[in-house]
Amino acid sequence: MANKVKLVPVPSGSVIPERDIDKSPILETHHLGIDFGGLVAVDDFNLTIGRTEIAGLIGPNGAGKTTIFNLLTNVYQPTRGTILLDGKSTKGLKTSQVCKLGIARTFQNIRLFSAMTVMENILVGLHDEMDYNVLSSIIRLPGFFRSERIARERAMELLSIFNMEDLADAEAGSLPYGAQRRLEILRALATNPCLLLLDEPAAGMNPSETEELMENIRRIRDMFQIAVLLIEHDMNLVMGICEGICVVNYGKVIAKGDPDQIKNDPVVIEAYLGKKGAK
Amino acid sequence: MAFLNFLISGISLGSIYAIIALGYTMVYGIAKMLNFAHGDVIMVGAYICFYAVARYKLPPLVGILAAMAVCTVLGIVVERLAYKPLRAAPSLAVLITAIGVSYFLQNGALLLWSSNPKVFPSVTGMGKISLFGGQLTVSLVTVVTIITCIVIMLVLTWFTGNTKMGKAMRACSEDKGAAQLMGINVNSTISMTFAIGSGLAAIAGVLLCSAYPTLVPTTGSMPGIKAFTAAVFGGIGSIPGAMLGGILLGVIEIFAKAYISTQVSDAIVFAVLIVVLLVKPAGLLGKQVNEKV
Repeated sequence: MANKVKLVPVPSGSVIPERDIDKSPILETHHLGIDFGGLVAVDDFNLTIGRTEIAGLIGPNGAGKTTIFNLLTNVYQPTRGTILLDGKSTKGLKTSQVCKLGIARTFQNIRLFSAMTVMENILVGLHDEMDYNVLSSIIRLPGFFRSERIARERAMELLSIFNMEDLADAEAGSLPYGAQRRLEILRALATNPCLLLLDEPAAGMNPSETEELMENIRRIRDMFQIAVLLIEHDMNLVMGICEGICVVNYGKVIAKGDPDQIKNDPVVIEAYLGKKGAK
Repeated sequence: MAFLNFLISGISLGSIYAIIALGYTMVYGIAKMLNFAHGDVIMVGAYICFYAVARYKLPPLVGILAAMAVCTVLGIVVERLAYKPLRAAPSLAVLITAIGVSYFLQNGALLLWSSNPKVFPSVTGMGKISLFGGQLTVSLVTVVTIITCIVIMLVLTWFTGNTKMGKAMRACSEDKGAAQLMGINVNSTISMTFAIGSGLAAIAGVLLCSAYPTLVPTTGSMPGIKAFTAAVFGGIGSIPGAMLGGILLGVIEIFAKAYISTQVSDAIVFAVLIVVLLVKPAGLLGKQVNEKV
């Protein structure tokens, strides 16, 4: 089973599967930080993710997890520090360029293009795979139709991962909640990422759906050989599938390690219980 | 027969409004701004075609293509220089800028081409078509206008539904942030929208001046306002809505002129708009937008 790989710590503190140890990590952040006015939202954030690692980013509400996702996708420009994707800095790139380089994400509150069909949502994700431009769509019609056909076939393949082929022509906004979440993952996969960011993928799911989601995340990782970084509050899911976990609080990393280390870390326990005590 | 005649002129005028309204509605749908300079792009297109055809004796088709090319570039340049720096600004700032651009274009035209009215040569010629044994005559420009409008509608519907640029435009109109994260370059998509809208404005300008041949630097402003009304009437942001709104507005205007009074026809048009918005605030085909909280 894929989740039984041996874990090896790397210098920056995270843990990556042994099978990745000879390769460079897919993502490294060094002393990443961002301030909003006088507020230090994220500070000195170091993270390393292996090429096919499933990593978890956890922490109490407002700890800065989604801000970190926004930094990784260049929605926010960091105040300090660097992000290396596959060894290359993403500094100064546009969000759409970061996506082209291979970081895709889903959202905490689903952000599908709800007035478009399921198929069209995936085709938007496949945007860059379709190698024609406006001019060629007018001049070279055969190339245009071929490119569209290939994209549709590819979209159908992606839909088949979650057995959603029947829903291809349904309006995305009309899908049930769970299917919308799955579609968001497929749309992100359509952009051909090497790192998939999932923002609370299990939010609003019941235990059996969560179980299925865990299986799916593993399956996607094995199928596409990509790294996954997920934000999640469901500890069963996090402890169940993550190989390395990074805990943040008040924008700072307070612990890193594999699930067993995290579970028994007194600092982590304090951060979670302390929050409860304060309220 | 008079009724049919009025109806056809109404549809023809409405077709022009519809083509202009498409520019308003597409830009609003994607950039969420009202480009009040759109009406003046029509005027620029008409002047370019006028100079190409009347001064340089180029064939009408070349004149139209030249007008489209100039307006497309103008649309992109205006967006880059005036609106792009304000992408994060409050919508009121963008609106005021658009009004500023409108005056800039009008006064630029005044400077460049003077205030003397130009008599626009009809690009379709003065031909007329007689139907029902001469009981009904329809001018060629009317027919060409209606056909152009239908063709534009079909092509645009196909474009937004089936091409990747079209899908990128729809994705941007729903959620720019998510679209960006899916690898879509939002800035170039917005440029593209302005380019298409302005190219269509050039066609509308040529058709408008072929039907109503007096060309002055303020030619574009009234049709621009009417087309904006048409876009709101049909549901701003909706492409079929702009077409429906434009044509209905044209028909109402011509009927009001023919059967009620020429003087108050505009008042009637706007009164109808107010009534529709009271009953359906999102316009005829507009979707009720629920604010995200």
